[in-house]
Amino acid sequence: MDALIQAFGLVFDPFVLGVIAVSAVFGMFVGAMPGLTATMATALLVPVTFFMPPVPALGAIVTATAMAIFAGDIPAAMLRMPGTPASAAYADESYAMTKKGQLNLNMGVNLVFSVAGGLVGVAVLIAAAPLLAEVAINFSSFEYFWLACLGLTCAVFLTNADAVKGFLSLFIGLLLATVGIDPSAGAPRFTFGEVELMQGVNFVATMIGVFAVSELLRGASTVRDAGHVVVQQVGDMFRGLGAVFRRYWFNFLRGSAIGTVIGALPGAGADIAAWISYAVSKRFSKEPEKFGTGHVEGIVDSTSANNSALGGAWIPALVFGIPGDSITAIVIGVLYMKGMNPGPTVFTENPQLIYAVFLIFILANLIMLPLGWAAIKSARQMLRTPRNILLPMILMFCIVGSFAMTNSLYGVAIMLAMGIFGWFLEEHGVPVAPLILGLVLGEMLEQTFVQNMIKADGNWLAFVDRPIAGALGVATLLIWAVMIARGTGLLGARRAAAA
Amino acid sequence: MASFTRRTLLAASGTALATAGAGLAAPALAQGRYPNRPVQVIVPWGAGGGTDATARIVSSLLERDLGQPFNVVNRTGGSGVVGHSAIATAQPDGYTIGMITVEITMMHWQGLTDLRPTSYTPLALMNSDPPGVTVAQNAPFADIRALAEAIRTRPAGTFRASGTGQGGIWHLALVGWLQAMGLRGDHVRWVPSNGAAPAMQELAAGGVDIVTCSIPEARAMIDANRARALAIMAPARNPMFAQVPTLNETLGINYSTGAWRGIAGPRNMPAEIAGALQAALKRAYDNREFQEFMSSRGFGTVWGDAAQFASFMAEGDRAMGDAMRAAGLARG
Repeated sequence: MDALIQAFGLVFDPFVLGVIAVSAVFGMFVGAMPGLTATMATALLVPVTFFMPPVPALGAIVTATAMAIFAGDIPAAMLRMPGTPASAAYADESYAMTKKGQLNLNMGVNLVFSVAGGLVGVAVLIAAAPLLAEVAINFSSFEYFWLACLGLTCAVFLTNADAVKGFLSLFIGLLLATVGIDPSAGAPRFTFGEVELMQGVNFVATMIGVFAVSELLRGASTVRDAGHVVVQQVGDMFRGLGAVFRRYWFNFLRGSAIGTVIGALPGAGADIAAWISYAVSKRFSKEPEKFGTGHVEGIVDSTSANNSALGGAWIPALVFGIPGDSITAIVIGVLYMKGMNPGPTVFTENPQLIYAVFLIFILANLIMLPLGWAAIKSARQMLRTPRNILLPMILMFCIVGSFAMTNSLYGVAIMLAMGIFGWFLEEHGVPVAPLILGLVLGEMLEQTFVQNMIKADGNWLAFVDRPIAGALGVATLLIWAVMIARGTGLLGARRAAAA
Repeated sequence: MASFTRRTLLAASGTALATAGAGLAAPALAQGRYPNRPVQVIVPWGAGGGTDATARIVSSLLERDLGQPFNVVNRTGGSGVVGHSAIATAQPDGYTIGMITVEITMMHWQGLTDLRPTSYTPLALMNSDPPGVTVAQNAPFADIRALAEAIRTRPAGTFRASGTGQGGIWHLALVGWLQAMGLRGDHVRWVPSNGAAPAMQELAAGGVDIVTCSIPEARAMIDANRARALAIMAPARNPMFAQVPTLNETLGINYSTGAWRGIAGPRNMPAEIAGALQAALKRAYDNREFQEFMSSRGFGTVWGDAAQFASFMAEGDRAMGDAMRAAGLARG
């Protein structure tokens, strides 16, 4: 209780509220700009949060990402260009609705169900994370080993790309994670006598490169195009929402639930949550033939899902230090930088900070309503921001942010190199999310494996000896079996086609 | 807390401007009294840890005393090599100093770096914390005697201990203790961990039997009633944890070691600047605020001036070399 009162004090501080307001506007802008993503918003906030105490630093990230995921719906509805990948799943549907002359209702549905979905995700986070932390306090290296395995497997399992390319990306990430001092024997690896390389490949600098610089390299052509389109003005967007809610309340609950779960699964975030919930909505709809013609049903599901995924992703990040999506991967870096090392103990050692994060989550979703309304109303001006001002500013933030992560030019070098490398990978259809997760979880995977072998004296059965470890192990092996079955099934089909 | 950090923000953003300005005006200002521009204090370990906290309180006192910002910069990674190297390779002009730790007497024996205590201009020794012996709350050992007896009578490898990485200070503490008991250094198996906090988590989860980190590092789990401290490896009890006995009074083993922290600059710093810093560090050490902060965290305070710090490190370096060779942890 004391911690909760302290948390209120921490959040309702003029400085913190100011940070939340500014990052809300920032998040709206970044999200509404096609080509700029919520992950990029987080990456760009890193240098700013560097100089802040933990609560405003985390508050800025929470607020900006919540806004960005919603704001991505605005250009999707108006220009058929998703502002962030999280809106891509229903951009066509949304644009079709606009063409039918339902832009007002469309924007209203996107805004209100984004807010509501976000609140569901937060509610689950608040309820589940402390309970899970109670359980996780009894986790030893055996459980963490399987959690890391499960996380890495999910990252490949859930990508939209070819599994082979997913694994390729994952293994590159794991390889990069081996650079630096070996976590168990303390020997330097792949450092070539370079002192800076002893700290390993910094994953936040890598993410800034992969998610921001590679986007700049891609020309961010969509940003330029957006400026030329004349956007319609939006009228009263709240009319008719009651009817939509009465008709599709179950879609909203289902979308939010799917979103939270997908968000909590490592390696998959708001974008995949939106794709899956849209597909589920279509599959179980009474009128699937209407999908694709500007039907509101699928939008309700998926716009709730992508916002609820945000809260869900924080659950494994806070409790286990395993990121639920690419945003929380950066958050974990920030948590370590602030001395709030993620893990079950953070709930007992710094409960007031955790409650403060929860409060900011609620607050951010509530102020999304008025701010989102303002953003929709001013979409025309926002989408006209000239690219030649925007892109250099983004690059500047990238450089400052990556410098802040290592306090040296080493971070900047990593950021630039990984930016070019990430762009190269994506141009060849290799997803970068598994790479990031491999880099983040590589050390945990290796260290817990070695710890397990030392503790068990080389006895493999010890890996499944403890009940929770056994269950997690079985789950991991089952997913592998499914993947192999899917892979060989595909191969079989291809062979049949060839013959 | 918030206002303190906001002030740091202003100071830090000022630093960028001040540094740029100082670069242009350096020749004119060089004659001025030290320090006439912000000083960078490098910490080789992460934010939120004990070294970071100690460096921050010392820096804030130096800042108030000398009238220039002392900005703490965390250069982490590489088991401390990165930050220690950044201190040693900086310009020895007094505007980059840092907090060096016990690892500087250990890393070069492991072959991780060429840096050693003589790579620095020692300024002041500020703190030293002895290792502890901590077990899980539900462990079947009533006290340190019962634990020592169990270790002695059971075969090698029965018990597992953790606290830091392979060859880290708490690993050597375990080795030293076992050797003082007449056992081999690997009689208790060492499980390397990524620092004291994950090791305490393993202890609470039943993954290891003993953790040998310092008592302040084990405190969170002890306060949460998940772990018990049985002893400290020090000549005397810590007043903050007065109920925890020493090895000497319980087992008659006169073994003590510790993780220390001190302030140093790059080698060949000008004598007058080193003298000014040493005097300011002495005032910081004697400051009530520093003493209160350290004792509230349970951190031990030890003072050593530049010369004492140098000989303390030389002695520690030799002892660590012997211990690591005996434990088979030294390379080359």
